Amino acid sequence: MTQPGAQALPRIPAGRRQPFHSSWQVKLLALLVAAYAVYALGQLDFSYDRFIRGLDNGARFLSRMFPPSYKNWDQLLTGFIESMEIAVLATFFGVLLSLPIAILGARNLMPAWATWPARLIVTLCRAFNPVIVAIVFIKAVGFGALAGVLALVVASIGFVGKLFMEAIEEISMKQIEAVRATGAPFLSVVTYGVLPQVIGRLVGFCTYQLDANLRNSTMVGIVGAGGIGGALFAAFQRFEYDFVLAILITIIAVVLLGEFASNYVKRIFHV
Amino acid sequence: MAVVLSIKGLTKSYKPGVPVLKGIDLDFEERGLTAIIGSSGTGKSTLIRIINRLVDPSDGSILFKGLELSSIEGRHLREARRRIGMVFQEYNLVERLSVMENLLTGRLGYVSPMNAWRRKFPPEDVAHALELLDVIGLADFAHQRADSLSGGQRQRVGIARALMQRPEILLADEPTSSLDPKTSVEIMDLLKSQGVNNGIPVVVNIHDVELARRFADRIVGMTGGRVVFDGPPDQLSDDHLKLIYGGEGWLQ
Repeated sequence: MTQPGAQALPRIPAGRRQPFHSSWQVKLLALLVAAYAVYALGQLDFSYDRFIRGLDNGARFLSRMFPPSYKNWDQLLTGFIESMEIAVLATFFGVLLSLPIAILGARNLMPAWATWPARLIVTLCRAFNPVIVAIVFIKAVGFGALAGVLALVVASIGFVGKLFMEAIEEISMKQIEAVRATGAPFLSVVTYGVLPQVIGRLVGFCTYQLDANLRNSTMVGIVGAGGIGGALFAAFQRFEYDFVLAILITIIAVVLLGEFASNYVKRIFHV
Repeated sequence: MAVVLSIKGLTKSYKPGVPVLKGIDLDFEERGLTAIIGSSGTGKSTLIRIINRLVDPSDGSILFKGLELSSIEGRHLREARRRIGMVFQEYNLVERLSVMENLLTGRLGYVSPMNAWRRKFPPEDVAHALELLDVIGLADFAHQRADSLSGGQRQRVGIARALMQRPEILLADEPTSSLDPKTSVEIMDLLKSQGVNNGIPVVVNIHDVELARRFADRIVGMTGGRVVFDGPPDQLSDDHLKLIYGGEGWLQ
């Protein structure tokens, strides 16, 4: 005779009773990271004493920044106009060059012999910080805005090129197939099948890149590649901290303005 | 009637040793609607896509008005594709383009990329597009974006796009599978009448046996990558359907 209670639960092997995985590899990795952080702090002479003294210096530095001084406003204006020009030119040429590179690099449109060189170019463009690229271009074309523009064109290709390539790889191939089936040449497949599917996102990338270039253009000036960064660095060296603050405030204002502008552009294009 | 398209010994394997098509021999004459029926995965779609080389055949010959399609590449392939209209199951319209732009896509094979980019099409193409919009009953939709249309409307645009090519044969890969029964009948009606009016053969893959019987002049039944029935609809018996789809419970 079978009783209801006799229907025992099936025996589960001990190893499977644990509801969650616990991996010793993850624990070991966390331990190693923590140990390395402590070691690196010691190596870099990062002590509590220095930290406290640093805070003190920082406070004195900040107090010397107030009130911001706009008496050199003409220097500020020239610097910003140049920065703006660097950002716009770099975005324009950067995006223009990104388009063919991204199409060549998209694995759903192109064979391997085209994709890997295009991907290599994009990876190289992303490999270095714009400041380092700017230093290289200063050696090549001399001090000034041209080096800044070239450095940011490279950065733009690295960023827009990569994102655009990924956007193209996500498009619906059904639409491409239909355009191909009409006997359209490749360039027409691109303009009628590929671009309509990605144009909205491309506008988004461009505005984002303009925003990034505006910020970066203030930075490449520090190494002598034109724009407001040069004035900022000079002011630091002359200990004109009140002018430094004036420049910093203006940079914040310009970046915010850039953000509003890109939102506005996105609204026009319905993205 | 003259044979327009002649397929001989056609095989296709996506993976080596696993053939999807195992030697297809079919001739299509210059008129009439042929329905290809068969269960899913039996190679109907592959067969129709091999004709305009959206899929490459493994072996065999596809002779289209004296032109061997199975081996051409590049410009010759594009020129051959211009002469073959294709309608897709999921319409495959370019969603963000307008209805008019989608129709003119059918002329891309004849217009230079530069002129296509600048939307400069010959006036007779634009006139033809407007005419076709009337035929498919979407005259007021020229400037609407394709993604704002209903399924039936999209498929009509898909058919109009294929007709814009002034094709010499019209292929349709499951054109009614995503549509309701009433719209399906309308789409089949449109395919049939356009084939007759333009004097071109129409080849349609279709799941729905009743629709096939109603509209086709000829039915080709496929199973397991082979043709097992080829004849007029009134000769298609229940025994044939059992052979094509397997089992019989579904017939009652």
